[in-house]
Amino acid sequence: MNNNIIATTSARARILTDEEIAEIDHEIDLYPDKQAVGLEALKIVQKHQGWVSDESMLAISKYLDIPISDLEGVATFFNLVYRQPVGRNVILFCNSVSCWIMGCKSMRAHINDKLGVDFGETTEDKEFTFLPVPCLGDCDKAPVMMVGDDLHRNLSKESINKIISEYKTRS
Amino acid sequence: MSNGCQVVNKPLTKNIDMSRPPLDIAAYEKNDGYQSLKTISGGLSPADVLQIVKDSGLKGRGGAGFPTGLKWSFVPQSNGSPGQRYFVVNADEMEPGTFKDRLLMEGDPHLLLEGIIIGAYTIEASVAYIFLRGEYKVSEERLKKAISEAYEKGYLGKDIQGTGFDLDVIVHTSAGRYICGEETALLNALEGKRANPRAKPPFPQVSGLWGKPTIVNNVETLCNLPGIIAYGVDWYQGLSLGKDHGTKLFGISGKIKKPGCWELPLGTSIRELLEEYGGGMQEGLELRAFLPGGGSTDFMLPEHLDVKLDYDEIAKVGSRLATGTMILLDNKTCPVGMIGNLMKFFAHESCGFCTPCRDGLPWVDEIFNEFESGRGTEKDLKILHEHVDYLGPGKTFCALAPGATAPLGSGLKYFAEDFERHIKEKRCPYD
Repeated sequence: MNNNIIATTSARARILTDEEIAEIDHEIDLYPDKQAVGLEALKIVQKHQGWVSDESMLAISKYLDIPISDLEGVATFFNLVYRQPVGRNVILFCNSVSCWIMGCKSMRAHINDKLGVDFGETTEDKEFTFLPVPCLGDCDKAPVMMVGDDLHRNLSKESINKIISEYKTRS
Repeated sequence: MSNGCQVVNKPLTKNIDMSRPPLDIAAYEKNDGYQSLKTISGGLSPADVLQIVKDSGLKGRGGAGFPTGLKWSFVPQSNGSPGQRYFVVNADEMEPGTFKDRLLMEGDPHLLLEGIIIGAYTIEASVAYIFLRGEYKVSEERLKKAISEAYEKGYLGKDIQGTGFDLDVIVHTSAGRYICGEETALLNALEGKRANPRAKPPFPQVSGLWGKPTIVNNVETLCNLPGIIAYGVDWYQGLSLGKDHGTKLFGISGKIKKPGCWELPLGTSIRELLEEYGGGMQEGLELRAFLPGGGSTDFMLPEHLDVKLDYDEIAKVGSRLATGTMILLDNKTCPVGMIGNLMKFFAHESCGFCTPCRDGLPWVDEIFNEFESGRGTEKDLKILHEHVDYLGPGKTFCALAPGATAPLGSGLKYFAEDFERHIKEKRCPYD
């Protein structure tokens, strides 16, 4: 497991791609200072790389001139910034109160059975990472979850089966 | 004045039909859209608009219910040279059981933009940020499209409608964490810092984003403004049935026949909302209790069904209208489990800055786990009661933990028997 090695010096920064730099530069224009772009940059890198590695952290820190400790403070604060590799599809499963009342517990168990993973885990084939998320704000259609950028409403065991096989075939 | 005065009674949702995409700018304009900017360019100064909003009696729709005009009036007077000021939209909807701002942003993004322009004009801010929840992908896409249409039409950019007023609107998408909905935590997040709340004072109106005067308003609050300016205060005040003014979005989730979200006059009775609009409880279930405005409000009981959906009326029975989106507890769902779910949420979402919240909420959560697995004791119950005080208003840095004590304290009071049964039967009696 070579990801036990923690990259801490800027010499270990990866090189940001031209696309990443272009998108980060676009954000820089929208704010009066570079620190404000930190979170956006983390999200941009994550969009392209799938997650935010130590090497990516160092690259962003260098590019935006934000101390690595400050950037790490932000990266670890926000639950949608992934500091570990995730699967190709991230399932954001709402387990807040309305979804709980509408039976999300058994939906969670079903996904658990179906994919063999629980919250915080990634399937062996790296297709899915299963994460809980606070109230997704679609409570009249509970239970709900997101897969990638898409919201899925009124979940049932049948609809979950269908959703999972759809995302699998997309790969 | 438009003849809309006579016909518009649902100013927030008149353009919303979720079976089709939102109105584009041409269709929006045809339906009185951006009318308020013409009213403003016809000769309303920022001070005039402020007075109109104050007179309208509009209260913030994000949860706290603070009068919007009064909030705006705390921004220092500019005397002609405002310097940099910022207008910020709190679009970080994450209160458990709340699903109203999503509807407004997905359903009619131009209405929000029009509200932002009015607000920014009033406080003389030349930059507005929409702090949008990262998960709201459809809102992001629709807002960005609306913004580019508004630039093309000259409603955004330089010298808007010949008023000499400039405004840029920028969408900032966040990446989670409920605490970002607290306005000073939101400002820290927008500055690229950890979203811990700030000490108040200074209040954001004086020293907010990057230390500049800043107003933070909720999405639904801003969506009220176009109607107020275009049709006037009398029209606005005529919309409601009670003491508070205007309409509001009210939602219902839980085991009701037709869960959903509707725009209704403030002052409508809770019974009407649940029975006429929600269609009553699902077959075989009875209403046991409900949270009237999201996860941070006190439980109310069926005996309160005739209370009006009004800020003061709900406060009289010990709860808060807050977001106006209700969560229903039925007689076959465990109240201890429901409160436990909320406590887990609050414990998870604590920013960790102040001790009572960081350490108290996980302790409360752990005790609920004990109850759930049949190991709860009388001593645990006592600790829960103590936390209602330890985490209450004035004991913590921000309103997150006090919000958690609302369902906790009222739940301990109303469902005492259920807690006792968990202890005596050493299991959840609803399983």
